Formats: sequence, structure tokens, C-alpha cells
Amino acid sequence: MFKNYLQSIDGIEIYPIISLVVFFLFFIIMTIYVIGLKKRDMSLLSNIPFTGEDEFKTSIQKQNK
Amino acid sequence: MNVEKFSYDNKIVKYFAVATVLWGMVGMLVGIIIAIQLIDPAYNAASYLSFGRLRPLHTNAVIFAFVGNGMFMGVYYSLQRLMKARMFSDTLSWLHFWGWQLIIVLAALTLPFGISSGKEYAELEWPIDIMIALVWVIFTVNMFGTIFKRRERHLYVAVWFYIATVITVAVLHIVNSLAIPVSLFKSYSVFAGVQDALVQWWYGHNAVAFFLTTPFLGLMYYFIPKAANRPVYSYRLSIIHFWALIFIYIWAGPHHLLYNALPDWAQSLGVVFSVMLIAPSWGGMINGLLTLRGAWDKVRESPVLKFMVVAITAYGMATFEGPMLSLKNVNAIAHFTDWIVAHVHVGGLGWNGMLTFGILYWLVPKMYNTNLYSKKLAGFHFWAATLGIIFYAVPMYWAGFTQSLMWKEFTAEGVLRYPNFLETVIQIMPMYKLRVLGGILYFIGAGVMIYNLVKTAKAGSFVSQEGAEAPALTKLVKEPKGHWHRWIERRPAQLMFWSLIAILIGGLVELVPMMTVKSNVPVISSVKPYTPLELHGRDIYLREGCYTCHSQMIRPFRSETERYGEYSKAGEFVYDHPFQWGSKRNGPDLARVGGKYPNSWHYNHMIDVETMSPGSLMPSYPFLAEDNLDLSTTADKIRVMKKLGVPYSEGYESKAVDDLKAQAKAIADDLESTGIKVDQGKEIIALIAYLQKLGVDIRSDQEKKLTQNVNR
Repeated sequence: MFKNYLQSIDGIEIYPIISLVVFFLFFIIMTIYVIGLKKRDMSLLSNIPFTGEDEFKTSIQKQNK
Repeated sequence: MNVEKFSYDNKIVKYFAVATVLWGMVGMLVGIIIAIQLIDPAYNAASYLSFGRLRPLHTNAVIFAFVGNGMFMGVYYSLQRLMKARMFSDTLSWLHFWGWQLIIVLAALTLPFGISSGKEYAELEWPIDIMIALVWVIFTVNMFGTIFKRRERHLYVAVWFYIATVITVAVLHIVNSLAIPVSLFKSYSVFAGVQDALVQWWYGHNAVAFFLTTPFLGLMYYFIPKAANRPVYSYRLSIIHFWALIFIYIWAGPHHLLYNALPDWAQSLGVVFSVMLIAPSWGGMINGLLTLRGAWDKVRESPVLKFMVVAITAYGMATFEGPMLSLKNVNAIAHFTDWIVAHVHVGGLGWNGMLTFGILYWLVPKMYNTNLYSKKLAGFHFWAATLGIIFYAVPMYWAGFTQSLMWKEFTAEGVLRYPNFLETVIQIMPMYKLRVLGGILYFIGAGVMIYNLVKTAKAGSFVSQEGAEAPALTKLVKEPKGHWHRWIERRPAQLMFWSLIAILIGGLVELVPMMTVKSNVPVISSVKPYTPLELHGRDIYLREGCYTCHSQMIRPFRSETERYGEYSKAGEFVYDHPFQWGSKRNGPDLARVGGKYPNSWHYNHMIDVETMSPGSLMPSYPFLAEDNLDLSTTADKIRVMKKLGVPYSEGYESKAVDDLKAQAKAIADDLESTGIKVDQGKEIIALIAYLQKLGVDIRSDQEKKLTQNVNR
């Protein structure tokens, strides 16, 4: 059925190879990039689950009263 | 600063938690039942409770009902907190909840009645498939609505995993479920043979990746830091973990089809990416475990952390084992055996089960604003579950290894040492018994958890709407200087887009050439479409779930060609909508069973298995000789097959029933000549016709004549 449509695209075989190369490069660059990130930023972001904890607790206490 | 007051919806979380626990018990119970059926086939009490129908129920219940509801529970809890916002719409939340439960109930009502598409882990028929898609869209809208109205600028790593899950599961489900309906309860996959196999395992593998893994990794990134009260070990690692995992996972599907009738390039692709997958998987495991660094004293105290540590460890073991199993030489031993069953249960019971339990033990006291009723009972649950996993997995590894080596063993004279398949089954029976013990232990542990959680809930008071406050997000006048990944972490739509690109690339590379390049499936001119009677027989084969125990794929090994005949070729399956290669051999391969036995053998074997193969695990199917074949759908079946490209002649649908009756009469006459009187309109005739067709098309003419002499 739809395979006929894809077949009619010229040189479709090259697409996967290009994409593979692109992504390999992408990951290598990203690894280098991630290593260079600032420590302060990282600790800020990894603490997101803990922000707002104080309001959270007081509100529970309020509700219990 | 403008601080806004709002509330978190805990009620929906509670409902999903209850559903998780209840469906989990059902799924595990069905698992125990089918494990017992593999010890004693007498427990196949009725047609709708036979192994072939209950096994899909077990897998679907555990994956979509237990793990699915567990995922939603965790997402609905953590997403609200991470976004500092209530869920986007309560209506959508409840539509999602009840819609999903309805799907599960419909699955439980259809699978035991043999309403099945015959594709593993995607057995549900097309109306339910459409419902799944709709409910999934509701979930997606609700999730993105929440993300868009958030009060926290950054999307925490857990949320990236949720986004990738939502988008990928949608793609997988839709592509793999493409089918043309024959009736309300029956459809045929638009793909056939090799292509269907590839799509199916692209789906199957990534259902593991994006239904059982990525959402739970997201949960891990939220609940482990919360439970241990310390931030995740390395945020840098989590960035790499996320992108590498979602990109690489999607390529690895073909490792389920090594040495099968799949082109070599596709197999190699699957192997390479499976081996690469170990890096991001272990990156995630290390990130989870090291979050607990310096907190190991807490692990001793806290049941929550105990469960989570075992969960991550099981994840590490399963994701090390996966790439190993993808090496062709290891796969040659493991494929079709209980080794794979052990592997998936380390993942299912260990990773998904234990993490879900850990989250439940943390969530329930929190939402009820109290402490856990009994740490002792939780400790008992922990040991019951851990021992349960060990008692399950170790015997299964042993069984898989033993059986595989028996299949492959030759005598000094060069013939198979165990030519009778049944011998290899009887050998591993003690292992099957131990497995039941493991399952029961795990089940008891879960039961104790329910008691513990109910007691906890009774002691506390449920905080249905949890008050919270947070400043509203202000529009940034100027983009702050920062690193690139922070940019995308602030943009959910872009994050979704790039995740989609990442997963589509692997999928397209795998699927597109398979669909387009004709040389991938060499044509075999002697392979003919199924006759109408055989087609009906095939549908009975699907309905009874025969593929759960019998493969139709002879791998190119001497031990297999010796036992089953010429190895399977890609061109043999071009009319198989859907393919039926199978993934586990509880019984022998059937790819070339056609002509191997006379019709009367099949008849007697189906009516009472014991008469033909004493000690067999297979249930008997006496009802096949009583139930009439439904001829009202014959024409529609042929019509749909023609639409899918099967070359039946013009207007064949009107002649199909006549042909069917003629073929049925020939088989019934043959049976009568051996003293078996059976009406030609019964289902068993169609099944025999199908079994006798399997693998005969590519035999040499001489061979065919020989088998025909035996046959007719």
C-alpha cells in the first residue's frame, strides 16, 4: 500500500545514513558540552523537586487545623 | 511577587493507586494460573480459560493495567508538584481514569473469548485499539495543559521522560495497530510476514522501552530523591541519559528476530544498537543508585528505599542482560526458551513491581498525612517479593539453559539425542514447579502490602485537595544567559518535538527500507495464498493463542533443520497477516508441520492430547469438533485479504465458500476412511487444513507427492 509512495522518492537509501551520522555527532558534542556545564546551575536544577517544600508543609498544617 | 494559591489533586492519584494494586493482583493471579497450567494441563478448565487465551490476558494485565495505572499514579502525583500547578483539567483526569479502566475491563472480557489480533502484547482488537488511542490523547492533552500553565520555569528531568513516553507510545501504538477490520471483533494487520514481524518487534521492544522503562525512569528521578531527601546524583548524567536512551532504544527491535528470516543488515543494526544501549541504561541505574550515596543508613531503615534499591538493581541486571541476549551467539541459545521468560520477569517483577511498591509505600502515608501502619509488614513484603523474584528467575534460567542444550545435543552418530521434543519439556518440569512457588511468594507479599496500606489509610485522613502556593511565572523580558539545555528545558513543545525526531529516526531507518526495498523479501513463486478453509483454520490458530507456545520459524542451525526441516525463508510469509513466528517454544516449532502427520493424528491429538503424546503440556481442544465453522465471514475475509494485496482471483470472494466446502469434504472423507466420523462443517476441519498447509509450499515436487500419499 503506502510503501509504493516511499519507493518513488529518489535516493531514499541515503537518508538513514545521514541521520545516523548526524546523531552520532550530536551525542559526542553533547557529552563534551554537558561536561562543561556550571556546577551552580546543576545543583539549582536538580533541586527542583524540593523547591516549594516549605509552603507545601505549612499548607498541610493549615488544613489539619 | 504575586503568590498564587491553588491545590493539588490527590484524589485522582488515589484512584490510580487503587487501580494499580487491584489490577496488579489480577495480573499476578492469572500469571500463577498459567504457570500451574504448564505443570498440569488439566488446569485448562474450559476453552476460555486455556493457556493460549490466558497468557495474553496475563501480559496485557500486567503491562497495561498494573504498570500502566502505576505510571499514571506516579505521573499525576509528581507532575503537579514539579509544575507547581494542579492538573490542567479535572474532567480530563477522570475521563482518563475511567477510560483506561474501561479498556482494561474490555480486554478482560475479550481476550478469554479468543478475540485477539494475534500480535503479541498487542492482542486487543481494533475497537479497543481506537479507545486506547483516544484515552492516550486525553492523557497527552491533560499533561501538556498542565505543563503549559506551570509555575516552575524549568522542566525537571522526570518530565522529559514523561513527554518522551507520551509521544512515543502514541506513535508505536498507532503504527503497530494498523489493520483492516473484517468485523467488529476481527481484523487483519496491514503488514505481512517479515514486515509485520519487524513492525511488531519495533513495537514490542519499544513498549518495553517507553511503557515499562522511560516513565518509570521519570518516576525514579522524582521519587528516589524525594524518598532519600537528597537531589539526584548527577544532573549532567541525566541529560545524556535521557537523549541517548530515547534515541538508541528505538533501533534495537530486530534483536528479537536474530537468526529469523530477516535480512542480515536489519539483524546487525539491532545488535549494534542493543549493545550501545547498555551505556545510557547503566548511566540511569548509576544515577539512581548514587543518589543514595551517603544515605545507606536510611536504606536499612526505610522500606521505601529498600524496594527502590532492589528495583534499580533489577533494572541494572535486566539492562545488562538485554544487550548480552542481543549478541547473536548468546541469542542462539536463549531465543524461544525460558531464559527470555526469566529476563522479562526480572524487569517486570524487579524493576516495575518493586519501584511501584516503593512509590506506594511512600505515597499513601503522605497523602493520608500519617505514618505507615507497619514497617514490619513492609519488611515482610520486601523479603517475600525479593525471594519471589529469585525463586522465579533462577529456575527459569536453569530451565532455559537446560532445554536449549537438549535441543542442540547430537549423539556421536550425528543424530539428535532428544528427537522427541516432549523429553526436553519433561526434563525441566521441576523448574516449572519452583517458578510457581516464586510467583505465589510474590503474590502473597503484594497481598500483605494491601493490608498494610489499607490500615495506613484508615489511621490517617485523606488530603483530597492539597493546598499549595507559588508565584506565577512572569514573562521573561530577556533570555537569561545560560547553557543550551536550559533553553529546551523551558520549552515543552520543543522538547516534545526533538524527542519525536530522536525516536522517529531509529524507527524509520529500521522500517522504511524494509517496506521499500524489494530485495529484502525474495519472492518464492511456489508460495500460494491460503485457501478459504486454511484461512479460517489460521484464524482459529490465532484465536486459541497457539503462537504463545509454538513458533513458526526454523532458524538456520543444524539442530533445528534436523528436527523441523528446511530453515524458514522470508518469502514464505508474504501472505501472513499477521505473522505467527512466535517467541517461545513450550511445544515444537510448527513451520513445517504440514504433511508430517496424517489428518487423523491431528484430529486425535486435538480431541485428546494424551492419546498421541502422553505427558504433553498442551491442553486438549475437544470443543473444536463440536463448534461449527462460521461461514458468514468467509467472503469478507477474502475481500480484506485482497485489499491487503493477497492475489486471489477477481471475484473470488463469491466462490470462496464453495471451495472451502470442497476442501473440507476431502478432509472429512479422509478422516472417515480412518474410522473417524466428524461433520465437515466443524472448526477442527479448518484447523487441520491450516496445519497441513504449513511449510509445504516450498517442498520439492517429489517430497510433496510423498506427503500427499500419506495425507490423502
